Amino acid sequence: MRVAILSDIHANREAFEACLADAARRGAERLVILGDIVGYGAEPGWAVARTRELAEAGAIVIKGNHDEAAVADRGGMTSAAAAAAEWTRQVLDDGAKQFLDLLPMEVEEDDRLYVHAGAEHPTLWHYVRDAEDARKSLDAVRARVVFCGHTHVPKLFGLTAAAKLVTHTPLAGIPVPLTRPRRWLAVVGAVGQPRDGDPAAAYAMLDTEGNHITTIRVPYDAAAAAEKIRAAGLPEVLATRLLQGR
Amino acid sequence: MTRMLAEGDEIDGFRIGARLHVGGMAVLWEATHPDHGIPLLVKVPRLAEGEDPAAIVSFEMEQMILPRLAGPHVPRFLGAGGFDRQPYLAMERVPGASLLPLVESLPLPVERIAAIGARVADALEALHRQHVVHLDVKPSNILTRPTGEAVLVDFGLSRHAQLPDLMEEEFRLPYGTAPYMAPEQIMGVRSDPRSDLFALGAMLYFFTTGERPHGEPQRLSGLKRRIWRDPHPPRKLRPDCPEWLQEIILRCLEVLPERRHPTAAQLAFDLRHPDQVPLTARARKQKQDGWAKTIQRRFHPDHQPRFGRPQRTTEEAGGAAPIVAVAVDLGGADAPLDAALRDTVGHILATVPGARLACLNVLRQNRIALDTTLDESGQNKHVQRLVELKHWAAPLGLPEGRVTYHVLEATSPAAAILDYARQNGVDHIVMGARAQSLRRRVLGSVSAEVASEAPCSVTVVRARGAAAVAEAAEAVQDA
Repeated sequence: MRVAILSDIHANREAFEACLADAARRGAERLVILGDIVGYGAEPGWAVARTRELAEAGAIVIKGNHDEAAVADRGGMTSAAAAAAEWTRQVLDDGAKQFLDLLPMEVEEDDRLYVHAGAEHPTLWHYVRDAEDARKSLDAVRARVVFCGHTHVPKLFGLTAAAKLVTHTPLAGIPVPLTRPRRWLAVVGAVGQPRDGDPAAAYAMLDTEGNHITTIRVPYDAAAAAEKIRAAGLPEVLATRLLQGR
Repeated sequence: MTRMLAEGDEIDGFRIGARLHVGGMAVLWEATHPDHGIPLLVKVPRLAEGEDPAAIVSFEMEQMILPRLAGPHVPRFLGAGGFDRQPYLAMERVPGASLLPLVESLPLPVERIAAIGARVADALEALHRQHVVHLDVKPSNILTRPTGEAVLVDFGLSRHAQLPDLMEEEFRLPYGTAPYMAPEQIMGVRSDPRSDLFALGAMLYFFTTGERPHGEPQRLSGLKRRIWRDPHPPRKLRPDCPEWLQEIILRCLEVLPERRHPTAAQLAFDLRHPDQVPLTARARKQKQDGWAKTIQRRFHPDHQPRFGRPQRTTEEAGGAAPIVAVAVDLGGADAPLDAALRDTVGHILATVPGARLACLNVLRQNRIALDTTLDESGQNKHVQRLVELKHWAAPLGLPEGRVTYHVLEATSPAAAILDYARQNGVDHIVMGARAQSLRRRVLGSVSAEVASEAPCSVTVVRARGAAAVAEAAEAVQDA
């Protein structure tokens, strides 16, 4: 089975539509959305509505910190993020907020765990940036493979037979085997606000039979998404970073 | 965990035969499979209690890499099993012995050393182009197909640039084989394809002199010695070793990767064209460096080699140091085309500083005279063409070592250029197209044939506005 794993949509309609179309073209049979459907971007209402449709059609959807902040102000955000969250709370209707509020923090399926941030304590939204962070997640759960987002930078961490953790920066389009019985943690990158220097939207395609994961980059109309952010009066930095992928 | 395999067992259709070899990290079994009518090999890692866990990691690394490799220079991958059942790796069994038995009859004749070296360098080039650095090149890991190609085996220590490096975290001690390990590999760098060129150089040194350049150290301190202590020049141990061979070997054994050949293709090229190897001080070196220099290298902080800077990986090596071949039509019949061709070559070399240029000219053989031995006038013609090629390239102002000259003798120019490109791993052919002319209409276009058949990129150069000039010239001739 091919599973398309998308994270950090951030109300970016252009990027989300491009990735969904790409995943369909590649024969994705299952869809997993690892949270942060809203925040930063200019079309949170549309993004939630589209995600609801996907969830009704069987997609797994996880809650992210920006989804939480869209329901109630919890503090602890950078100024641009807080401004976007405040704006998002104003524009989202109650139905959308309720959908976000009821999203699960994590879902386990076969030998896989889907979560937005560090799995050791999902509600604390820890970033998984290096091997030490990845080890905390893997130590805390049973699942053989953990998938998360939150950092907006694609990474793959693997626990070897000698209990060492290796770090790999996946290259677009290159399938990487998730060898058994070793354990792996994949950070899938961001659909709606990539931060690894490549402005193309990122998601991951998992092949459960072949047991490999491929990072996929999808160029999309970032200029249009940035223009909508400006038109909505959101902080300029949220527009420019889409064009730079930073 | 899993029980040990035995003769007669069957896994996934592979029938296990005789046990062939018990190595430090794995056991090799003969095998057959009804779907594959060729002799097979099944490799199983050693998993007993107390074994080095690196044996498992290295086996998993090979399981990741081998299925992604193709071509005549690697054994064909046929199947694998994971650790959830019986871990194994099934592959084609390449017949014949490795290069290991050769070490019983050292030193080898010079021509043999160059021929083996060139074939191994071809195999390394093919591997590097598939994003893999072998990191354990040694005689026992090199087989030879009946058709002549060298085959690299055992990818347990290898690094695939596009895959996670499971061995990366394993090095408390560097993994590899002591006599052949490159200095940067000893220091933990696993991504530089030129580490394999060092290993091949150590092998060629061994074949030439009967001795290993840095002995066979057993401890880390002994391994690191090669970072500051240079080996005896081969010619000191074997006076009849030609200067060009010493030049090639010592260049491979340079401590800093950037001083070695930039690619395996360039090394193969040198081994196949001894007369074109630019000789430097390395070729004439008669003894090891003096103690003052050695002590400085060892202890003076400014003179110690650094391996920490960004290394050239397989991803960029080929692109940064291509072999460019230019086919030159001598005689100066078409001066504008000649100038346009030289301009194009100049631009390509200016943008890729690591590129080297091979200037080719085809000396047409009369079909009837084919089997007469080259007479004196033929020899003179050959030498004259070489002189003219050098004259053609002179305005490019290339230093010796970046340019070589080759007169190919053949009945078909296109076939000669194509053969040359295939045999020498040429990355880019540049050639001129004669303007539309009667001669071309009758004989067909050499450049069109080369462009359609070439194994690499081809740039066909035309001089703007030259067609009219050529037609006019022909009209004058016909009149």
